[in-house]
Amino acid sequence: MNAPLAFDRPGRPSPEGAEHAPASGRHVGAPLPRPNAKRLLAGRGAYVSDLKLPRMLHAAFVRAPFAHARIVRIGLDAARAAPGVVLVATGEDLAKLCTPWVGTLDHFKGMKSAPQLPLPLERVTWSGQAVVAVVAESRAAAEDAAELVEVGYEELPVLADLDTALAPDAPRIAPGFADNICFRSVVETGEVDDAFAAAAHVVEADMAFGRHTGVTLEPRALIADFDASERRLTVHHATQTPFQFQDLYARHYGLPEARVRVVAPDVGGSFGIKLHVYHEDMAVIGLSMLAGRPVKYVADRLEAFVSDIHARDHRVRARAALDANGRLIAIAAEDETAIGPFSTYPRTSAVEGNQVIRLIGAPYRLDAYRGDLKVVFQNKTQTSQYRAVGHPIACAVTEHLMDRAAARLGLDPFDIRARNLIPDDAYPCASATGYRFEKLSHEACLARLKGLMDYDRLRAEQAELRARGVHRGIGIAAFVEITNPTPAFYGVGGARISAQDGAVIAITPSGEVRCTISVTEQGQGTEAIIGQIVADYLGVPQEVVRVITGDTETTPHGGATWACRGAGIGGETALQAAKKLKANVLKVAAAILQAQPGDLDLVDGQVVAASGGAARLSLAEVARIAFFRSDTLPPGTDAQLTVAHHFAPSGYPFAFTNGIHGCHVEVDAETGLVKILRHFVVEDCGRIINPLLVDEQVRGGVVQGLGAAFFEECRYDGNGQLLNGSLADYLVPMACEMPDIAIAHMETPTKDTELGAKGCGEAGTAAASAAALNAVNDALAPLGAVLTQIPMTPARILTALGAF
Amino acid sequence: MTVPAPGLVPLTLTVNGDEVARMVPPRTTLADFLRAELELTATHVGCEMGACGACLVLLDGVPVHACLVFAVQAEGQKVETVEGLVARGALARLQAAFHERNALQCGFCTPGMLVNAYALLERGDVPDREEIRDALSGNYCRCTGYEAIVDAIETAARAAQEESVG
Repeated sequence: MNAPLAFDRPGRPSPEGAEHAPASGRHVGAPLPRPNAKRLLAGRGAYVSDLKLPRMLHAAFVRAPFAHARIVRIGLDAARAAPGVVLVATGEDLAKLCTPWVGTLDHFKGMKSAPQLPLPLERVTWSGQAVVAVVAESRAAAEDAAELVEVGYEELPVLADLDTALAPDAPRIAPGFADNICFRSVVETGEVDDAFAAAAHVVEADMAFGRHTGVTLEPRALIADFDASERRLTVHHATQTPFQFQDLYARHYGLPEARVRVVAPDVGGSFGIKLHVYHEDMAVIGLSMLAGRPVKYVADRLEAFVSDIHARDHRVRARAALDANGRLIAIAAEDETAIGPFSTYPRTSAVEGNQVIRLIGAPYRLDAYRGDLKVVFQNKTQTSQYRAVGHPIACAVTEHLMDRAAARLGLDPFDIRARNLIPDDAYPCASATGYRFEKLSHEACLARLKGLMDYDRLRAEQAELRARGVHRGIGIAAFVEITNPTPAFYGVGGARISAQDGAVIAITPSGEVRCTISVTEQGQGTEAIIGQIVADYLGVPQEVVRVITGDTETTPHGGATWACRGAGIGGETALQAAKKLKANVLKVAAAILQAQPGDLDLVDGQVVAASGGAARLSLAEVARIAFFRSDTLPPGTDAQLTVAHHFAPSGYPFAFTNGIHGCHVEVDAETGLVKILRHFVVEDCGRIINPLLVDEQVRGGVVQGLGAAFFEECRYDGNGQLLNGSLADYLVPMACEMPDIAIAHMETPTKDTELGAKGCGEAGTAAASAAALNAVNDALAPLGAVLTQIPMTPARILTALGAF
Repeated sequence: MTVPAPGLVPLTLTVNGDEVARMVPPRTTLADFLRAELELTATHVGCEMGACGACLVLLDGVPVHACLVFAVQAEGQKVETVEGLVARGALARLQAAFHERNALQCGFCTPGMLVNAYALLERGDVPDREEIRDALSGNYCRCTGYEAIVDAIETAARAAQEESVG
């Protein structure tokens, strides 16, 4: 029933149909397909899980069956005697090689977390924790032998929910801790209590956000290859952040940094999952040292569910104060978020909550704000940063309050937002939580969304269908996204995570271009956009630009790809490097042509007259002369056809972006099932380098947000056991449930860089679940039901409807 | 308890047009056999329980989850993987359409998508978008949000039809 009507599928706008500002050159701004996708389409991808090294061994792990228990005995004899087994290692064996780590950041005052080791010494603290490692000639042999390891446990009390952990007499997550709070933070601006006391209207909500996880299709994978002869470590690692891991492996295993190489080839999805320290991954380094051979570990899907970081898991109590005209005056929010038994290393488990309390209310003018965060330990899988860290929670809280306020005041959702969004002419300005905004475009996005959705028609259709018992809902949600972070994100907290990136660009003897750069590729198109930027700012066709990423041995040091920094920071790095190289090329060309560099230009691989554009010399000829006939150059010619450039953002601490989503759903009140009819996004990521790739990033992000809204949840029982840790039980969004997604853009470039690009990777995820929540509540409004929890499962919808 | 080393059994089958004969442990899945023994690594393993579709291959022309088939069950049959389909040009239109539309990001799901899309297009008509989404209901993609994949398959189907009509 409730099949979509014909008019639910209007013509889809083409990716290039949106408003893009003109760009210099023919590559930046153009919807060009990714050159490196052809290899993947030919079945020639080379993921770590595909790699095989000579004499390579395979690791498997014995995992804890209890969420909290003391290890009383470990029996390894049978496993060691099993066929094909080379090595069986315990926590003690690896603790002799690897120093412990602590997942705190200095700028999070008062934060605490217990030290961690690859494998535990005395206690297991979540169900699924790796306890013993078995290394064998094949994965099957390692798994067979792992079954022969005997571990005796004595069960300990489990912290499996927030209330248990926050009770004054709760058992402590770690010896010596005064409580189970990892981090507490309060942000307060203005006279919050006075604002609420004086408000004409106060709306409030208790909201819950399920714990979910990344489910990258390629699970975590690495091969550690330690060569004792040179004390050299090579790690083929499916990661976003090779340099971060180079540093960590070197420091924790006592190796010189220059002897640690981390190579990230094709990576089968990451989304923030593959930049954290995982215990098995750290163990594999030590296992290779102990075995003296390469050791491979690929988490299988069941292992991924209990060991990949989880995310979200927030309980938020929030209220908003408004005046009689529907102007928002104040918001107060308390966020309690449940993490794992320790804070994740090196980025911690507190950043998400911190961003929740700092992003609530961010699109709106506010006189007063209070955000109160408690990050609470649990005996569950560790949590940390996953795509759109904190944004979906902050957005859903804010936008749910806005819809409640609109309902209270009898205003349309567009109307109440129009009254409260920060006006487009108010910049620069700051949020109530202290985020400094250079320039955003909320009002323009709101207006554009109304047109894109054909909002008035949808409302008319909704009324008509309601009369026939069909419950459609329309929800919108505005957001602010954090991109291009400076060292304010991690560096100031003492983490050795680079906020800068580096590029080396060289002209080859054939006049082609080789760009090695520290930002990395996981399919979002990093290499493609870097190629486009280099092509335009150097002045060559993109086909001759080879972009190389993902190898600490061959690329300059840099932060790589996370928090939407690939285009904004990596792109600016490439741009400045390309300009520097162009100047060098023109100097050599001028020497050859006995001209002035300023009278020449490089266009499409040809040195041309700057005025008039007449071709003078090919880049290939400049290169040939520079490399092979330098004797013919005038004395003193400085032919530097390779340049290096590093760039760190130094203006605003973050380049904020903004946008707004719309979601159109139909709820079946009999079954609780929701059909997502269509989703809409208007976003502003600054200058768009490749609209095709931006749109697909946004679409992918939306679907991850819709997954959180309707399907995805790591469900635990009271003993801390994960109940749905497989792809048959944990629901991910699939093609048949997902809608087509209409996208439009505003372009407000940042002036902090010449490129003007900001990030777009989180924009889809940031507001999709909020828009979906508002849409479902809009559909249910005439039935008197309100949902304040995601995922919005059929059972929860039916419960809200009073069905049981 | 000790686990006995599994005995090997003979296996003969055709993979991408070549006859292959090996001794294999009976518990080896077709996916592991293709990947580890034949180094046909385009067949990916995402869940090992038939839920994600990354391991789809053609078994006597029909898409099957290579993670749910033991290698020995393919005895005497014809297996075709993405490597084979690409080599004989069977995926050219789909590859072009996927590339043009950026219907892939990390690419890990892509071989399974291509195998499934190939089987769908073998019907010879142009499926509508609902049919394409339905056909992909067992192929998990975390990156794209699916719309571009649906677009690309639709485009490839139209191109095939135009060519056959023309």
